[in-house]
Amino acid sequence: MSDILAILFASAGFDGATQGILGEGRRLADTLSCKLHALIIGPQNEPMNSSVAAIADRVIAVDQSEISEYDTEPYLCVLVAVCKQLSPRVALLANDTYSQELAPRLAHRLGGSAVGDVTELKSHLDALRVTRSVYGGKAAAIIELKRYPAVVWLRARAFAPAEMRTERVAQIEKFTLDLSGDFRACIIERKREASGATRLEDAQVIVSGGRGLGGPEPFEELRQLADAIGAQMGASRAACDAGWVPPSWQVGQTGKKVAPGLYIAVAISGASQHLAGISDAKVVAAINIDPDAPIFKRCRFGIVEDYRKVVPLLRETLSGTKK
Amino acid sequence: MNIVVCIKQILDPEVPARDFRIDSERREAARGSANLVTNIFCENALETALQFRERAGGRITVLSFGSESAEDSLRKALAMKADAAALVINDGHPHPDPFAVARALAAAIRKIGDFDLILVGRESGDWGAGQTGALLAEELGVPCVNFVDHIDSDSDGLRLKRQTDAGWEIFAAKPPVVVTITNDEHNVPRVPKTRDVMMSYRQTLTKWTLDDLDTDAASIRAANSYYEIVDLLIPVKETQCEFIEGDSLESRVENLARRIQEVTDAL
Ligand SMILES: Cc1cc2nc3c(=O)[nH]c(=O)nc-3n(C[C@H](O)[C@H](O)[C@H](O)COP(=O)(O)OP(=O)(O)OC[C@H]3O[C@@H](n4cnc5c(N)ncnc54)[C@H](O)[C@@H]3O)c2cc1C
Repeated sequence: MSDILAILFASAGFDGATQGILGEGRRLADTLSCKLHALIIGPQNEPMNSSVAAIADRVIAVDQSEISEYDTEPYLCVLVAVCKQLSPRVALLANDTYSQELAPRLAHRLGGSAVGDVTELKSHLDALRVTRSVYGGKAAAIIELKRYPAVVWLRARAFAPAEMRTERVAQIEKFTLDLSGDFRACIIERKREASGATRLEDAQVIVSGGRGLGGPEPFEELRQLADAIGAQMGASRAACDAGWVPPSWQVGQTGKKVAPGLYIAVAISGASQHLAGISDAKVVAAINIDPDAPIFKRCRFGIVEDYRKVVPLLRETLSGTKK
Repeated sequence: MNIVVCIKQILDPEVPARDFRIDSERREAARGSANLVTNIFCENALETALQFRERAGGRITVLSFGSESAEDSLRKALAMKADAAALVINDGHPHPDPFAVARALAAAIRKIGDFDLILVGRESGDWGAGQTGALLAEELGVPCVNFVDHIDSDSDGLRLKRQTDAGWEIFAAKPPVVVTITNDEHNVPRVPKTRDVMMSYRQTLTKWTLDDLDTDAASIRAANSYYEIVDLLIPVKETQCEFIEGDSLESRVENLARRIQEVTDAL
């Protein structure tokens, strides 16, 4: 019992999160001189499989009708069965809805321990130590795991991807499991909210709005600004709680953890819980009427002004339609 | 329907970063002048339960595992019109790991008796481990659905709407089940009436110690068999902000546009 297992959803494809998990898994396996296994769960896709096979030492695919779409209980059964077979010391997941839901239960069933939203992993003597932010991003804790396997969900996009090997590509092994259990909670309806072409988590530019916008209509104006620069839209919790925009727009500790090249915060004060979601953003800019708003402490540049004056003019300038 | 809502009292998470200090001896936030409040997601959970009770009936018990002061959070929940309240006093480790918390709550829930629906916040505003619901479900041997924002029932059982990264999903669940609650425009917690706040202090509140529960009290007190906080620090990460200047609004916005353009061009 010493290997690392990367738990990947086929539906995610070879996205930034998948690459981050594999990158950190590879690094950890190389440091500990152990193997990196990868589990790909759900309807398989070829480009992802061959990329994963060029990083992991062993790839296990579970693809059967009961798990063609995510459902908590059967997915959990798959993870438990595969972990029992492989006995990894560390299992790594991403920080999406499903991974967060599965990880602690997986740890419990294996007699291990779980920890989440991790930004750094280190082995310390025989134990695993991880870093995660706590107190709404105001502090960072270093946590030592006491029970193994350690099931860790990572702030996956924050980790560097691994190089792909050209020689020694792993074989893909198919596992089939009995999933005929009587599950007492099942998903009966799934709805994807219409959003832009890119997921917020993968967006390169994000325009985000907060309570200071004062209502749903100004988000339309922000949308036009976003369109002018090819940005995705985000929001603060206050704007989501007010019902101005859907909950899936929420950025922050308990919303999306984003990592864009540019994040523009409009009428967002910059509470630590909001900043916790943009810690991996490269450049942050803000439009805020209050020069003392904490958001400016996280900004590369910003403008102290009423957004109602700035946004329309900025859109015209950036879209080249300014008269 | 017997409903249990687990609630946690925490240090006010809205304390601004500039006032935030660490007690490095205890490896936790220094109390300072901050208030103790109910974790917001626990209040979202209670609000969700109260609305469900309005539609489907049932009895709501609020339960907390914490210090004596957590009584205030439970009284507030009674003022919001929960039916009963129970406090398991934690006389052990001041910030037990999520496994110890889940085991204490599970033992208390078994003592409360029959349960159909257990609600917990998705995570707390202090440690934010986000594991209590899942571990509690495993301790009780029932399913768990995370990030729920609305609960309904029909002849087949419960209908749970939950948020996902991309939108939402509906679960059909047969009780008993544990759900973790996230925020949504519809479960913003109500503000209790002054009269009900006063009334709440006259209601009975059950208090147990860990020894009153059928569980391994010693290991819950010791905590940290799951994981341990070995260090706590305040990360330093301030960026120098360039405030965009200019003679007129037009020229300032033009300067802002130029800076934005420079960044997007380099992506
Ligand atoms: C456990 C927990 C988890 C949380 N998770 C999250 C999370 O994931 N994401 C999140 O965002 N929050 C989260 N929060 C909430 C967070 O603490 C803040 O309450 C929230 O981020 C505030 O949103 P806001 O900045 O939009 O609103 P406010 O703080 O009210 O800020 C509004 C800003 O708008 C500015 N403004 C007003 N009018 C104008 C104008 N005309 N032009 C320009 N600027 C203007 C004001 O100066 C102010 O800075 C969480 C809180 C807790 C306790």
